Amino acid sequence: MTTSTRGASKVPAVLVLEDGRIFRGRAYGAVGETFGEAVFSTGMTGYQETLTDPSYHRQVVVMTAPHVGNTGVNDEDMESRRIWVSGYVVRDPARVPSNWRSRRTLDEELAAQGVVGISGIDTRALTRHLRERGAMRVGIFSGNALPDEGTMIAQVRQAPEMTGADLSAEVATKEAYVVPAIGEKKFTVAAVDLGIKGMTPHRMAERGIEVHVLPATASVDEVYAVDPDGVFFSNGPGDPATADHPVAVMQAVLERGTPLFGICFGNQILGRALGFGTYKLKYGHRGINQPVQDRTTGKVEVTAHNHGFAVDAPLDKVSETPFGRAEVSHVCLNDNVVEGLQLLDKPAFSVQYHPEAAAGPHDAAYLFDRFVSLMEGQRA
Amino acid sequence: MPKRTDIQSVLVIGSGPIVIGQAAEFDYSGTQACRVLKAEGLRVILVNSNPATIMTDPEIADATYVEPITPEFVEKIIAKERPDALLPTLGGQTALNTAISLHENGVLEKYGVELIGANVEAIHKGEDRDQFKLVVEEVRKKIGHGESARSVICHSMEDVLAGVEELGGYPVVVRPSFTMGGAGSGFAHDEEELRRIAGQGLTLSPTTEVLLEESILGWKEYELELMRDKNDNVVVVCSIENFDPMGVHTGDSITVAPAMTLTDREYQVLRDIGIAVIREVGVDTGGCNIQFAVNPEDGRVIVIEMNPRVSRSSALASKATGFPIAKIAAKLAVGYTLDEIPNDITQETPASFEPTLDYVVVKAPRFAFEKFPSADSTLTTTMKSVGEAMAIGRNFTEAFQKALRSLEKKGSQFTFVGEPGDKEQLLRDAVRPTDGRINTVMQAIRAGATPEEVFEYTRIDPWFVDQLFLIKEIADEIAEAPELTRELLAEAKRHGFSDQQIAGIRGLREDVVREVRHALGVRPVYKTVDTCAAEFAARTPYFYSSYDEETEVAPREKPAVIILGSGPNRIGQGIEFDYSCVHASFALSDAGYETVMVNCNPETVSTDYDTSDRLYFEPLTLEDVLEIVHAEQQAGPVAGVVVQLGGQTPLGLSQALKDNGVPIVGTSPEAIHAAEDRGAFGRVLKEAGLPAPKHGTATTFAEAKAIADEIGYPVLVRPSYVLGGRGMEIVYDETRLESYIAESTEISPTRPVLVDRFLDDAIEIDVDALYDGEELYLGGVMEHIEEAGIHSGDSACALPPITLGGFDIKRLRASTEAIAKGVGVRGLINIQFAMAGDILYVLEANPRASRTVPFTSKATAVPLAKAAARISLGATIAELREEGLLPRQGDGGELPLDAPISVKEAVMPWSRFRDIHGRGVDTVLGPEMRSTGEVMGIDSVFGTAYAKSQAGAYGPLPTKGRAFISVANRDKRSMIFPARELVAHGFELLATSGTAEVLKRNGINATVVRKQSEGVGPNGEKTIVQLIHDGEVDLIVNTPYGTGGRLDGYEIRTAAVARSVPCLTTVQALAAAVQGIDALNHGDVGVRSLQEHAEFLTAARD
Repeated sequence: MTTSTRGASKVPAVLVLEDGRIFRGRAYGAVGETFGEAVFSTGMTGYQETLTDPSYHRQVVVMTAPHVGNTGVNDEDMESRRIWVSGYVVRDPARVPSNWRSRRTLDEELAAQGVVGISGIDTRALTRHLRERGAMRVGIFSGNALPDEGTMIAQVRQAPEMTGADLSAEVATKEAYVVPAIGEKKFTVAAVDLGIKGMTPHRMAERGIEVHVLPATASVDEVYAVDPDGVFFSNGPGDPATADHPVAVMQAVLERGTPLFGICFGNQILGRALGFGTYKLKYGHRGINQPVQDRTTGKVEVTAHNHGFAVDAPLDKVSETPFGRAEVSHVCLNDNVVEGLQLLDKPAFSVQYHPEAAAGPHDAAYLFDRFVSLMEGQRA
Repeated sequence: MPKRTDIQSVLVIGSGPIVIGQAAEFDYSGTQACRVLKAEGLRVILVNSNPATIMTDPEIADATYVEPITPEFVEKIIAKERPDALLPTLGGQTALNTAISLHENGVLEKYGVELIGANVEAIHKGEDRDQFKLVVEEVRKKIGHGESARSVICHSMEDVLAGVEELGGYPVVVRPSFTMGGAGSGFAHDEEELRRIAGQGLTLSPTTEVLLEESILGWKEYELELMRDKNDNVVVVCSIENFDPMGVHTGDSITVAPAMTLTDREYQVLRDIGIAVIREVGVDTGGCNIQFAVNPEDGRVIVIEMNPRVSRSSALASKATGFPIAKIAAKLAVGYTLDEIPNDITQETPASFEPTLDYVVVKAPRFAFEKFPSADSTLTTTMKSVGEAMAIGRNFTEAFQKALRSLEKKGSQFTFVGEPGDKEQLLRDAVRPTDGRINTVMQAIRAGATPEEVFEYTRIDPWFVDQLFLIKEIADEIAEAPELTRELLAEAKRHGFSDQQIAGIRGLREDVVREVRHALGVRPVYKTVDTCAAEFAARTPYFYSSYDEETEVAPREKPAVIILGSGPNRIGQGIEFDYSCVHASFALSDAGYETVMVNCNPETVSTDYDTSDRLYFEPLTLEDVLEIVHAEQQAGPVAGVVVQLGGQTPLGLSQALKDNGVPIVGTSPEAIHAAEDRGAFGRVLKEAGLPAPKHGTATTFAEAKAIADEIGYPVLVRPSYVLGGRGMEIVYDETRLESYIAESTEISPTRPVLVDRFLDDAIEIDVDALYDGEELYLGGVMEHIEEAGIHSGDSACALPPITLGGFDIKRLRASTEAIAKGVGVRGLINIQFAMAGDILYVLEANPRASRTVPFTSKATAVPLAKAAARISLGATIAELREEGLLPRQGDGGELPLDAPISVKEAVMPWSRFRDIHGRGVDTVLGPEMRSTGEVMGIDSVFGTAYAKSQAGAYGPLPTKGRAFISVANRDKRSMIFPARELVAHGFELLATSGTAEVLKRNGINATVVRKQSEGVGPNGEKTIVQLIHDGEVDLIVNTPYGTGGRLDGYEIRTAAVARSVPCLTTVQALAAAVQGIDALNHGDVGVRSLQEHAEFLTAARD
């Protein structure tokens, strides 16, 4: 006999925004309280990848797609060892997952990892609110005895802000490890882990690259200790303005002229290394449908995004930098945000979005080939 | 790079009449395309034989040809207009096939016309199964994913039988090449089925080719809609998942967008394959859709097929996402790239993105098996539905239940009342996919079936099965609750329960539930379809309801007019009504109103977010309409609701709306009643002194018999309050009358059966007119080709009437005015008359836009629906004449003597249906409407216009060859002259012995052929049916034999359908066809655009 409570909690939950707006729903995942920066993600697939993406550390993610959890949780699609989001907001969680790879329900997984969530709220209203007012702090409170609204709002306002947060060390690996090349090994890459997703070294390994994943705190010497053909800077959470150490390491790499590729946070670090500023977007880009134009070919690719900050570089001209001429290589067609940088005199480039695409479309996979070409070029 | 500068004019080919598998969606896409091209400054030349389309409105294109879509006629248009380019991808398979013919016969090259939007090679690669298999193989080599079902191509029955061995036995799928809507395909479980399906498939395929395939029955089915531009940018507009697993044509499946049960990894594999396929096929610019099957056990992906053109699915995807595929395809075809085209809805972001949805869309098919009782209702890979409804909700259950109630069909909503029945039996019934299987599944769940059992019997994905359980559990909660609380109602509404369903479960009246709900403050909000899940602000008010927290309906200043559309297409209520609603929207917008459209049919122009100021994509039930009216009244002033243009659906709501305080504009609900109620209408006629055929109403056989005895047989019997002649029959004797009453389950004291004297040999006349309370504007008078007794929707007709004189028109005008006045019409009225023995009988009056409004409007070059909408809101005919919307003087009854003749012909769906033994269904016309669409032929004389209408509907009339004649006794006299004419035109006549004898006595030679019942002759002489099958007959005349004998020519007529041989089933049609053949044999038939036609009529009026 099935019952109506199958998978659907009756425990009340409240979502409280720092500006005082409140949504009432039901608990999802773990019961308790949590805080973070409220952001929305518009991807219709790939919740498992999103949850385990370290860039979402300290963020409460609102899913705009109403049905979440339909395909359950499997053992293959994790992007890191754990769920990183600090809270999860969905409208209609699945009661029964259906997929031949599914091992358990998402509800169980969230609860097992202690992730507090809320379901059954008007996620579109919340998304519109965040779009109009910008990303802001949020708290989720669930349980049968909840504090009064004033107390909850006060608690949310005490939580730390994302601006000025230095988080990559919190999510990155503490120990270096190696992802071996698939098939014949052609190159060695030192990958600085600022919150790297599992698919990134995999995409490199597929191209014959042996990837040495190094902690965020790795020094220049540690980077060169692996004798890399190229150096990679990963995605990661937090405010790039705080990332002084990786910026310094990258500047040393640029100095030496080793082929360099950066993704997401890595793009912001390249921006800073070149002397550009970074800034916080009103509500960020989070989804897997973003049109980005490769300005060298004019072609448009549909890409996966997850960034709340962006690089402030001129779109209409080549800039002079301490490392030679640089230009904006990719731009988001929705809002003209800088989505990629490249040096014209040195083998270095980066993109703000996610060519490893997990979740998301594979249109930008060619960037890994471009990295390979740079390394080949350096050898020749 | 922007638009190409080397193209100044484009020929767009439409899709012709509405048929199963090719319906109003191509009017939607074609209209979008023509508007875009015109806005780009190109001269747009359009050909489409279907007058009931918005695209054939004279203002949509620069030169509009309502001519047959055949290579011959399109060549004439090309020769006359000399377009630079031809865009063939927006008119379905018809347009694509015509374009290929014109390429292959050298016409395009001869006139220097460039094919844009698709090249011939890509079309072949996409559509030819053999070539497409190679495409899929190539894709697999490149990206490592995707494969075809194992298959064998066959060109003969021998190939077919050998093929089954090769595939490892039954079941196998049979798919004929190059047919639309999957016509002729199906599953064969044994040799008998195989011989039948494959035999027919070989015949249907223009290349005599069928494909046999391994069975993937029960797999998950998905579809992607893609677009590509000339710079090789590709976007996936929408993913669609079929609720019904593989085995049911996607047009007949319940489908859901976005896909619900794919992980990102699996979805990206489909996306990668889709993109690789569109590149490999070489669709340079434009849209295509690709279908996939996914094995639920292990995720193996099979690429089923692709359409290298805009399709039914792309129309659905456009409505589901707000991304206008056809519009963008047209822009891409003239040289733009995706990043150069703005997204209409956000107006800030470009079209080079992939829409993301924060809602769920469900489409449900609408069937018409009740019209074809002998047809096999099992759903297969051949599409059988005649329409569809789409609904949007914030979750699956909400969207799904809204879609089911949008179907507006008795029993389409889930019911939770009464005993469900035996679980085992219900589960066994649920194995066979049929119209309404989903309701059987729900009853099985109520009877105690487990989710595992439901999956085992139906292979419906467990996630969807759980959603059905969720619905059932909420129904239980509603039933068990001590009272209806706010929380319970909110939860029920959140999962799509209608007030009516809740009322049923609680044993209450629907209005009581609504009152309670409103008192508790449970009302829907309206969300926007914005392509981007609220990431950017939407500028286009395209709404759907949801029981959620925040509404997005903005306040407004201007008075709004709410126009109720016609819901899913069905036989008897189709695109013609959408045409009128769209016209009303345009006219009222011009007149300064804010127009608000309500409809749930994704195929239509009315549900294009560009058509009205606001669009509510909602079911057309009382509850849903009342909530919209409420929401709009909150937003600003509401001038009224228009109910008379969307057919019977909104008309049926008018009284209830009025009772709920909603202002109805135009003809009042009381006036509607005066026309629809037999007694009230009888009084109107009596007062006006107009005769109607003798009639009576009965609720029992005894009553019916008494009436029939008094007025004499034959009688016309029908249930009251029906559209499209549902259940209508001509009864010739008492025995049949008794069985008719016994079979008619819907008869009750409140729903009596109507018994009318049937007027044998009467001329039937249709009149469309406008009335403003003072003045009558006679829109047009149509004379039917077939005699009274054949449903007006199935009958061909001519305008101006070809055998009526000035005196008759005068009488018709006076009668029409008397009825319009007596009923109290403000707007359109359609009246059917029958002229018998010089008496003009009134058959019926409909105080609303009729099916013929678009035809009349085009034939007379006057926008009747626009005028009707204005009259509804208070304008007078005199004012409209002054404004120029109506002619300054004269009307549709006073066309000049040299005015061209327009002929409307109905198109029947016979070839789509088989009985359970696989035989065709009979093609005889009757009082119950069964046509799905119509075409118009227009020319200076009747014969040519009729010939064009036939060419547009069924293919050209033969001008020589062999004609087979076999007619009922009562038709034998009237057959002689046309038969003589056929001989004069060089036809060889074949006849059965009885008919041959009559011909012989009249000096006409006819070869006697064997009847089917006589079998093959001693010397191997073939029967007539064999001759037809062997392609040895070019024209068939076969009229049914009055009472009891209607099945006599069954095999002849079904053979004619199978071989696509023109088959005339009335002597009137024969006489018309002979005039057509005569016209075709006398010199060249020209083409004329509607614009030229309008110019001629306008000049004549001034």
